[in-house]
Amino acid sequence: MASTIRVRAIANGDTTEVQALIQHPMDSGFVKDAQGAVIPAHFIQQLSFEHNGKRVFLADWGPAVAKDPYVKFAFKGAAKGDELKISWVDNKGASDSTTAKIQ
Amino acid sequence: MRHIVLVASLLIAATAPALAASEADFKAAYAAADAAEKEAGSLRNQWLTTETTLKAAKNAADKGDFEAATASAKEAEALARASIVQATGEKDRWKDAEIR
Amino acid sequence: MRFVIALVSAALAASVIVSAAPASDAPDPAADAEAFRNYFVTKFPKVKLEDFVNGPYSMNKDMRRQWQEKEEFPPYEFALEAGKEMFAAPFKNGKTYADCFENGGIGVRQNFPYFDAKQGEVITLELALNRCRTANGEAPLSYVKDEMASLTAYMAFTSRGKPFDIKIPDDPRALAAYENGKRYFYTRRGQLNFSCASCHVQSPGERLRAEILAPALGILNAMPIYRSEWAGMGTISRRFITCNSQTRAVPEEAQSEDYRDLEYFLSYVSNGLPISGPGARP
Repeated sequence: MASTIRVRAIANGDTTEVQALIQHPMDSGFVKDAQGAVIPAHFIQQLSFEHNGKRVFLADWGPAVAKDPYVKFAFKGAAKGDELKISWVDNKGASDSTTAKIQ
Repeated sequence: MRHIVLVASLLIAATAPALAASEADFKAAYAAADAAEKEAGSLRNQWLTTETTLKAAKNAADKGDFEAATASAKEAEALARASIVQATGEKDRWKDAEIR
Repeated sequence: MRFVIALVSAALAASVIVSAAPASDAPDPAADAEAFRNYFVTKFPKVKLEDFVNGPYSMNKDMRRQWQEKEEFPPYEFALEAGKEMFAAPFKNGKTYADCFENGGIGVRQNFPYFDAKQGEVITLELALNRCRTANGEAPLSYVKDEMASLTAYMAFTSRGKPFDIKIPDDPRALAAYENGKRYFYTRRGQLNFSCASCHVQSPGERLRAEILAPALGILNAMPIYRSEWAGMGTISRRFITCNSQTRAVPEEAQSEDYRDLEYFLSYVSNGLPISGPGARP
């Protein structure tokens, strides 16, 4: 299966702008399905971005974040061609990670 | 004493028609509502509100509350009739809204 | 003699008027489409014709800015990729969707819906996809769920920029289907007494609660759409059904004759406007 993470990181001078889109149901645990049964909570708990082994962005998420979440941030100290590692872990223990080259 | 009797008889008068709503009343009202809704269906113009009100009537009847069931059935019939009026009225009137 | 001529010419004039009256009532899709387009162009003189396909974003600057930023990383991307994979994946009998469509299904979205003379009915893209499945021994997909939206998203994407090219053949049945779609579009229904036109002709650009209503011109060009409100993709079928329930009318079955005719009418009057789907809407 294709990766659940889409990333685009663009270096502009000293700052690198990162955009990411993650495919995840992000079920809050409060929604019922068509049969009236509660859909169990299923959400990303931690999302992290690492540049050269150093964490540059960490998000502690909960059930209130929307489905297929989108993140955008900028950080300093990266150059074009560097690698950015993105990973997430959800409350059921599932995880995914990917690496993107900074453009 | 006379006063109390008067009040009591007034109370009875007020509740009498309500007491009259029986299962038979409900069945008649529901059948009328259902027929009207079917007619709206043949015109392909049913309203969601009619459907929910019909369901509410049925649920109330299942619980034995024929009072509420009859009231809902009558409301559903009124709604269905309104949707029929709408559908027949729009049969040609839609042309007035057309961009020409 | 002169008197007779005057009489004759008066009679002629009368007959001209009589014959002209029913003529203006006879269906004339080409004139309809022109009037339809003119209505929107006159109502929104600042909006470029091809921009109408962007729906609410053509009506509101702030929304447009947000959308443009969103389009850098569009929410329909996952559906698009899934659609591409599904489209290429062979059925059990080894055939693919490409075998069912002209040009392998690439860049053909603008030709749907079309009138099928053999079966005497309007064939939409969604219907064609499911017919393709059943013809190849596969179970049909739900018209409102994600798979159908993914497939149509991919097919729309390969057709982006191509103008709608809907044809009404010289066939009374095709004309009747078009007329039925038009009737459906302008007919008020539901407890709230709304027609499609109440919102999308009379009030585009206005707010309906927090939403901004899209103009009917070009409204199908962006389909299917990712709606943040739905937290997912929606097909044309889903859009029609939801619109109907919002007016508190009991919606028809997906791909019912009325819905297909409506799609036929709406697509025809948007002829010439580019396909922009898949779209993203709030």
